Amino acid sequence: MAASIDAAAPRPPRLRTLRLGAVSLRIDLRVLLLIAVAAAGTFALACWAMTLGSFPIAVVDVVRSVLGQGSDEYDFVVRTLRLPRVLSAVLAGALLALSGAVFQGLVRNALVSPDIIGINAGASLFAVFWILTLRSSALLPVAAFVGAVLAAVLVYVLTWKGGVSGNRLILVGIGVNAMCAAATTFLIVRFPIDDVSRAVLWTTGSVYASSWGDVALLGAGLAVLLPAGAVLMWAMRVLQLGDQTARSLGQAVERTRLTLMLVGCGLSAVAISIVGPIGFVAFMLPHVARMVAGPMSGGVFVFTAMLGGAYLLAADVVAQHALPVSLPVGVVTSALGAPYFLFLLWRTNARL
Amino acid sequence: MSAEVVQRPLPRLRLRWSRGAGLFLCALGALAVCVLSLRIGSLDVSTADSLAAIFDYDAGSYEQTVVRSLRVPRTLIGVAVGAALAVAGGTMQAATRNPLAGPSILGVSAGASFAIVTAIYFGQLTEPMQYVWFAFAGGLATSALVYGIGTAGAGGASPVKLALAGVIVSALLTSWTSALLLLDRETLDAVRFWSAGSLAGRDLQVLWTALPFLIVGTTGALLMSHQLNVLSLGDDAARALGMHTGRVRGVAAVLVVLMTGAAVAAAGPIGFVGLAVPHIVRVVVGPDYRWVLPYSVFVGVMLLLGADILGRILMRPSEIQVGIVTAAVGAPFLIWIARQRRVADV
Repeated sequence: MAASIDAAAPRPPRLRTLRLGAVSLRIDLRVLLLIAVAAAGTFALACWAMTLGSFPIAVVDVVRSVLGQGSDEYDFVVRTLRLPRVLSAVLAGALLALSGAVFQGLVRNALVSPDIIGINAGASLFAVFWILTLRSSALLPVAAFVGAVLAAVLVYVLTWKGGVSGNRLILVGIGVNAMCAAATTFLIVRFPIDDVSRAVLWTTGSVYASSWGDVALLGAGLAVLLPAGAVLMWAMRVLQLGDQTARSLGQAVERTRLTLMLVGCGLSAVAISIVGPIGFVAFMLPHVARMVAGPMSGGVFVFTAMLGGAYLLAADVVAQHALPVSLPVGVVTSALGAPYFLFLLWRTNARL
Repeated sequence: MSAEVVQRPLPRLRLRWSRGAGLFLCALGALAVCVLSLRIGSLDVSTADSLAAIFDYDAGSYEQTVVRSLRVPRTLIGVAVGAALAVAGGTMQAATRNPLAGPSILGVSAGASFAIVTAIYFGQLTEPMQYVWFAFAGGLATSALVYGIGTAGAGGASPVKLALAGVIVSALLTSWTSALLLLDRETLDAVRFWSAGSLAGRDLQVLWTALPFLIVGTTGALLMSHQLNVLSLGDDAARALGMHTGRVRGVAAVLVVLMTGAAVAAAGPIGFVGLAVPHIVRVVVGPDYRWVLPYSVFVGVMLLLGADILGRILMRPSEIQVGIVTAAVGAPFLIWIARQRRVADV
């Protein structure tokens, strides 16, 4: 009997346990391998991306400049112009993909992502307001974070009706999204054109003209939120068993949910405040990660970040070089992400 | 028992009478909003002057010139577009049996915008009057795509699937539209005002081009209201009653595209009127489309012109585009509908 159950069960992952004093980690070697492959791929892609442009540079020279041993001739182009842009794309893509992973897990609905349910729109609204009234980018991530949290709370409260149904949450989110978008349009129409043009450029979503300051902010955000999210993935898997089960397992359900929501909002707010609302990365990459590496866990969470970074970088390369004119990267991510979403929607079962 | 049967027709008669009176009141209300729309703006005009501008025009009067050259076109476009969008929304909701259906949710506006911008970009469009045809094509293609994706798959149609498909297709088309606009400043300049969704500064010529379609579409939908009633019983019941459901749906779809395509061409993308108005009306008159659609005509006019007037007075002397006001007023409606039990559980 036991043997037959074992035979029917899926192949158990090859887990290794790592103990460091009081802390112990279970490590899935396959996921670790995938992370390594994704990291190597991202690095190769980044090097190649930095060779492209109106001033082509050989890969060897790019790598040498990045490592700080290049000639002055290449150093300016690589270190001042191309490297910040490449790093911004990778970091922002990672942040966006992670926020999608958190929200999809949180509401237990694979069709949810922060750009559909109004989180990004709330962040955009506050960020545009900040840019227009204060005319500075200082503390912009904080403003975007406040906007994202307020939008998330609004969606949650308006969805609440003795419980949160996934479908109702999507519809309420679409409504909140529309309201925030209307308010943003209103701000853009209201303020003088000189102030607005910066905000409009920002709302198209682009990693164009990224600076080292942007990279530092994105990097700091990721350094704080990636470990936090990875640790919380364990709690999230318990939460996904349903509120009652989670509670009977001893989990403080509402507190876990709130923490996860704050982390998700933070992830999306940091990315959005620097690169603007780039669509469909948050939606698409968690799907791809789950498809390749299995259900979301701490390790898969890190893998999602790698994939997000590689994807946004690739999309930016396409946007920048595939056509005679360079496009904002958001156009490319929507062009790829939207059909994928529609395909999933078309294939999805009767439950939605 | 028998007394009850005898008494039954009485309340229904009274209901019909009161619905008729209500319709009359709605018409009066719409008329009053029209007059307000002539009067209110950065320059306030008296009722006498604004009516004189239409019936007894004195070219020497500044107020009357303002009314005649600016506010009359604006109000006329508002009336035509408001009525058409509201009726189109009601028709869509009946034909798709989906409370969330509406021109903006199904992506008709985004599709029309994309078609127009593409046509301008490739140099096919010079006159705003030609917008209408591209708006039709874009609106038709997009709504077909959204409806196709929303109804395909194992579960068939559901409000959530339809809404999601609409939102995603709209997002895709909007991002392509903005890419085209970024590539080409001239196109941006040509459609900048159109794409904001506003009744102000429109050419009456565009309205005259769009008007026949608006009238045909709206009249057709009103004449179809009985069929829409049957259709909203569900496909099985409608077929059992002898209705060719596919044919009726097809006619309804053509009418909806006529109405929304022409409305978008005339006033730009204006959201949520088509979604919200039929729901407001249903609260008052119940689910009978023979009443819902005529009421929608007047309530649509009131809502759109009311939103336009609100946009004029909130930020005097400048204005807020009516598309922004309708989204701010209409989006809460979407949330309200989503909180209704029957939608969320579908």
